[in-house]
Parts: sequence; C-alpha cells; structure tokens
Amino acid sequence: MRDREYMRVRSDMPPGHVRTPSYLRGKVGWVERTLGPFENPEQLAYGLKGDPLPLMRVRFSMADVWGPASETPHDTIDAEIYSHWLEPAEAPNAP
Amino acid sequence: MPHDHHDHLSPSGHPYRPDDDHPLTYWQQMEIAVRELLIEKGVTTAADINTQIDAMDARNPSHGAAVVARAWTDPAFRCALRKDASAATREMGFDIGPMRLIALENTTDQHNIVVCTLCSCYPRNLLGLPPDWYKSRAYRSRTVKEPRKVLAEFGVTLPESTTVRVHDSTADMRYVVIPARPEGTEGWSADDLAKLVTRDSMIGTGLPKSPDAK
Repeated sequence: MRDREYMRVRSDMPPGHVRTPSYLRGKVGWVERTLGPFENPEQLAYGLKGDPLPLMRVRFSMADVWGPASETPHDTIDAEIYSHWLEPAEAPNAP
Repeated sequence: MPHDHHDHLSPSGHPYRPDDDHPLTYWQQMEIAVRELLIEKGVTTAADINTQIDAMDARNPSHGAAVVARAWTDPAFRCALRKDASAATREMGFDIGPMRLIALENTTDQHNIVVCTLCSCYPRNLLGLPPDWYKSRAYRSRTVKEPRKVLAEFGVTLPESTTVRVHDSTADMRYVVIPARPEGTEGWSADDLAKLVTRDSMIGTGLPKSPDAK
C-alpha cells in the first residue's frame, strides 16, 4: 500500500484519436506495472512517427472511479494509460 | 388443414419473415472501394486477402484452451506465461504479432474479466473473432461499472470475498484469463482438461465446465 505510486489521469478532452477512456479522466489510481515503450497512438493515427512512451497499467478502485455508490468499492479496474496522460497524485481517500 | 390457401405463409405453414438485408453502409462501401483499389494498384491481391480471411477464421478458442490446459499441468510453462505470455504462447505456435499478451490467473481471491471499452480489442490469436456481445455497447459500458451484475447475467455469481478485477484493454496489451482448474480433475491429461476450457472462461465471463459435464 505505502509503496503505491499514485497517478491522476489528465482530465483534458482533446479532439482526435485518443486511447485514454474518458470515464477514467481525472481519476486517481496506482501503477500496477509499467510496459513499453510503445509509440504514441495519437501520432500514429495520423500517419506521423510515434514518440516512444512508457505505457502504465493503472489500477483504479471502483470507489475511486464511480464514487461511494459503486457496485463493490474494493473491486478494481485496470487500464493501460500512456505516460503523457498521467501526473503524480496523492492517495485518494477511498478504501 | 388450417395452413392451406394462405399466400403469406411459407410452405412450412409459418408467415414469411421480411428480409433483414439493407443497402451497403458508407463504411462498407469505403472498405470495398479501398480493397479494390489496393488490388488494382498491385499493393495486394485478392488471393492474399482470402488467405488472411482464412487465417483469421482458423483461429478459435481451442488455441486458448490448449494454453490454459498446459498452464494447469506444466508448472514451468505457467511460470513462463506469468513472466511473458507473448513469448510463452508464441513458443506454442500462437503468435500474437505486434501486440503483447498478459495472462490473468483466477484464484479464490480474485476473478479477472476482460473488456475493451474503446472498441473490441481481443486476443484473436488465442480465441479467434470476438463474440458479438463483446463488441456491444452494453457489455463495454456495463462491465467497467457493474461487473458483478454482468457476471451474474452470464451465470457467474462470486462471493464478496473474491475481488473482481476488470481489465480494460485500452492500448497495446491483450488479455487472456487463466481460469482456476476445476476440482476433481487430478491426474487428467492436458488434452482432456482443454475440453473443459470455454471461450467465456478465458474472457472472464464464464467458468470452465465441471468435470462431470465432460
């Protein structure tokens, strides 16, 4: 728990091809593992050369994504988020 | 003869159903146009395209079932699968190509379920084409929000003590669930075990068949 590296997903809503699900934007989770580097799909989608980026598997608790009314607060959602969408964050208060 | 002399009835005695075909959509026309242009310009051939379609159709959940059964019976393989599932499955002849594979093990403590909320990412090299429901808006939107309800609709009810881990396949990774080996299968061969492994159990929406149902 103490060693968890918490990250907040940027809450931007840019146009174009983005592989960051909008339901996770602005949410805080912790890095489950780091993968990659993989080329930035936001560039690849437009025929550009993709910058190599670390890809983080971020684990979110249901409570942190959907609030206290979530189905089972301690269940989790893992998603792959490119590093440029993440910024360091404090641990959220949810369980 | 209640069904005689009714022109709107088929010879079976049932009413004709309207055809459900419709004109090509914009994107279907686009696909045909691009495909024909690629062939005309010599970029690819019709035979190459058919070969690819055949290769896609040849992939099916029995590939994934072989991987699961081997993980149940071969501890070294199970280790390799945990460490690098792309390499471990490639070694079995199931190449995932440029994507990467992560194997997710179900235990009594945790149950994994896979979804792609953005589109329909799926480990096609192990499971073939995804079922239609996997691509539906309902499955994609509900699985990340109420996975236990979705699981219950698939007939899987889990105790509170089992953590549900939803995996949203958003980018370069693909996921295959390694279900827990059914009890009562001690001493079974990998080939027999593979017959218990269903497609849904590798997506996480189902469990393997019980050994009694073999």
